Amino acid sequence: MPINYYLFLSIALFCIGVAGVLTRRNAIIIFMCIELMLNSVNLLLVAFSKMHQHALGVVNANAGIDGQIFVFFIMVVAAAEVSVGLAIIVMMYRNTHSTDVNFLNRLKH
Amino acid sequence: MNSINLVWLVPVLPLAGFLINGLFRNSMSKSFSGIIGSLTILAAFVLSLLIFGQVRQEGFRPVVVTLFDFISAGKLQIPFAFQVDQLSSLFLLIITGVGFLIHVYSTSYMKEEEGPHFARYFAYLNLFVFFMLLLVLGANYVILFIGWEGVGLCSYLLIGYWFKNMDYGNAAKKAFIMNRIGDLGFLIAIFVLINQFGSVSFGEIFPAATHTPIPVLTAITLLLFVGATGKSAQIPLYTWLPDAMAGPTPVSALIHAATMVTAGIYMIARSNILYTLTPVTGTVVAVIGLATALLAATIALKQNDIKKVLAYSTVSQLGYMFLGLGVGAYTGAVFHVMTHAFFKALLFLGAGSVISAMHHEQDIRKMGGLKKHMPITHLTFLIGCIAIAGIPPFSGFFSKDEILAGAFAKSPVYYIIGVFTALLTAFYMFRLYATTFLGKFRGTDDKAHHLHESPAAVTFPLIVLALLAAGAGFLGIPEVFAKDAHWLEHFLSPVFEASTQLQATGGQPFDKGMELALMGVSVAVALIGTIWAVTKFSRKPELEEATGFGKVLANKWYVDEFYNAVIVRPLDLLSKFFGFIEKYVIDWIVNGIGRLVQYGSRQIRLLQSGQVGAYVLLMVVGILVLFLVQLFVKK
Repeated sequence: MPINYYLFLSIALFCIGVAGVLTRRNAIIIFMCIELMLNSVNLLLVAFSKMHQHALGVVNANAGIDGQIFVFFIMVVAAAEVSVGLAIIVMMYRNTHSTDVNFLNRLKH
Repeated sequence: MNSINLVWLVPVLPLAGFLINGLFRNSMSKSFSGIIGSLTILAAFVLSLLIFGQVRQEGFRPVVVTLFDFISAGKLQIPFAFQVDQLSSLFLLIITGVGFLIHVYSTSYMKEEEGPHFARYFAYLNLFVFFMLLLVLGANYVILFIGWEGVGLCSYLLIGYWFKNMDYGNAAKKAFIMNRIGDLGFLIAIFVLINQFGSVSFGEIFPAATHTPIPVLTAITLLLFVGATGKSAQIPLYTWLPDAMAGPTPVSALIHAATMVTAGIYMIARSNILYTLTPVTGTVVAVIGLATALLAATIALKQNDIKKVLAYSTVSQLGYMFLGLGVGAYTGAVFHVMTHAFFKALLFLGAGSVISAMHHEQDIRKMGGLKKHMPITHLTFLIGCIAIAGIPPFSGFFSKDEILAGAFAKSPVYYIIGVFTALLTAFYMFRLYATTFLGKFRGTDDKAHHLHESPAAVTFPLIVLALLAAGAGFLGIPEVFAKDAHWLEHFLSPVFEASTQLQATGGQPFDKGMELALMGVSVAVALIGTIWAVTKFSRKPELEEATGFGKVLANKWYVDEFYNAVIVRPLDLLSKFFGFIEKYVIDWIVNGIGRLVQYGSRQIRLLQSGQVGAYVLLMVVGILVLFLVQLFVKK
């Protein structure tokens, strides 16, 4: 499949993720959108890795493998980040009994 | 023993006296302060005598003693160096000698002051002597200028000694400011000298002066003369000197009679070659000197404060000295400096003695008949008056006559005005003498009971100065009386050598008969003035307020009022105008910038909403912008 399709899909997913982070009020939805952004990047990396393998496979058997390896790292980071983030949200809920991010405007002062 | 190598000690001794009296003034007894103050000057005097002894020898060449490198800027080298030659050693003697006598006098005159203030007085006096010695010893114009400025400072400190009186403070400020105006001329002259000669040292400038274009020299000499008008109280910068009488009388004697005011004469005598080469400046100097002499003499005729008469007399005699310098009679001018130092200091110290006895009354209309009560003061004051009037054989005659002879050689008009001024001099001096010492005492009975002669610390300097004022004339006996008897001319000839050679090429010396005739005229004039004044004022002293033309003279020709209207008030208005600009324009701009920053920050602070979402939005926008920038800006 032409690389463009993967490119557009990935960008679309990323933009949806950004829009979600900026506009949604529920903290958990914001988290989901962050995951969306991370996974869109994963998709892109795998697509490019496959592209490189197609282009350089004859010369080097391990061409383009770096993209896929980097995806692993991103997944690990995403997992760690989710655990920390959810812990924060739980704390937030315990203190304010809501998941509304607009409630947290203490930085104003 | 080469005492010339120790010449640096001569100014350092008074400096040490200043430091001791200044730093420890709260813990020293008055007699100790007085002794320290006077001893340093005496030691400096002894050393000056030793130096003089060496300089007196035949064929003495000027010695430059370099102490250290003062300014070293590329090709311009200004060493801190002293020049010991005939002129400087003579002035050293005058300054330390007369200075010592005045210090001794001050120990008695200032005895009513409290300890710390008494010590402060002697500290300032010593500092003054230090700077004056620096002035005359300097081997270049910069060291001279250091001393020049320093004596101006000390003059301010001493005139305003009784600082609690606002009027005295104003007089001190006036003196300092007018001095500074002159100093500007001096400073510009130094800049021109550096530009033209690449050096300020006498030893390098004077030999090169003959090869310099005359317009440049004229500019230099005129600017130096501007400095001299400020320091030596000539027209237009003389009005500070009569007001400076606010200071203690010994200060007036030292600074405004014997030393500081002669700094201008010294400077021009030192630069004599420059002045001989520029006849234009010579005429300017002579004319201003003569005009000042005449103007001050007319004002002195109608003054009633004993010190003011002497102050205007000083201005007038300084005018004579500048006349002498202007016509090229350098030895005559220096001679007059010397004799004037003696008789004017004598007159001022005598006036101080009178003021003390009169419990600080200075108006001569309230005096009279003091001859009986204060014999020594009376006799010495009389000798001073005869000397200043120019009656032989006292010193004033010899020096004044030498200047007048030189003036006649240049132009008979100078001579006629000079002789007329001499008539006025004799007249107002003996008016002062007769009104103060002769006739009947016109003060209160209470004062009459307290009139008595002053103590020895006062009369001793008076007697010494009287002897000097009487006899110093014989150091300069003119050619007509005895061949080669003019010791001073012979002594100072190496200093004025170059000038004398240049002058010899023009004008012819006049014969013996002419010179004797001139002398006779001036003596006759002096005698006429003296006798007329004594007979007029001993019988009927001038007690009424002056009227008509006399009122103009009594009000000093309204020169102060003129300066006030023409210079002071416009400057005041100008400064008020600039004050307005500063407050409403400059401050408005500067404060406006502050106000702008505050407004901007208020607006930008609105960004800080505390909403995390807004922050994230801004972050995304920022990333987008960076992305676009790197996309479109080609490396």
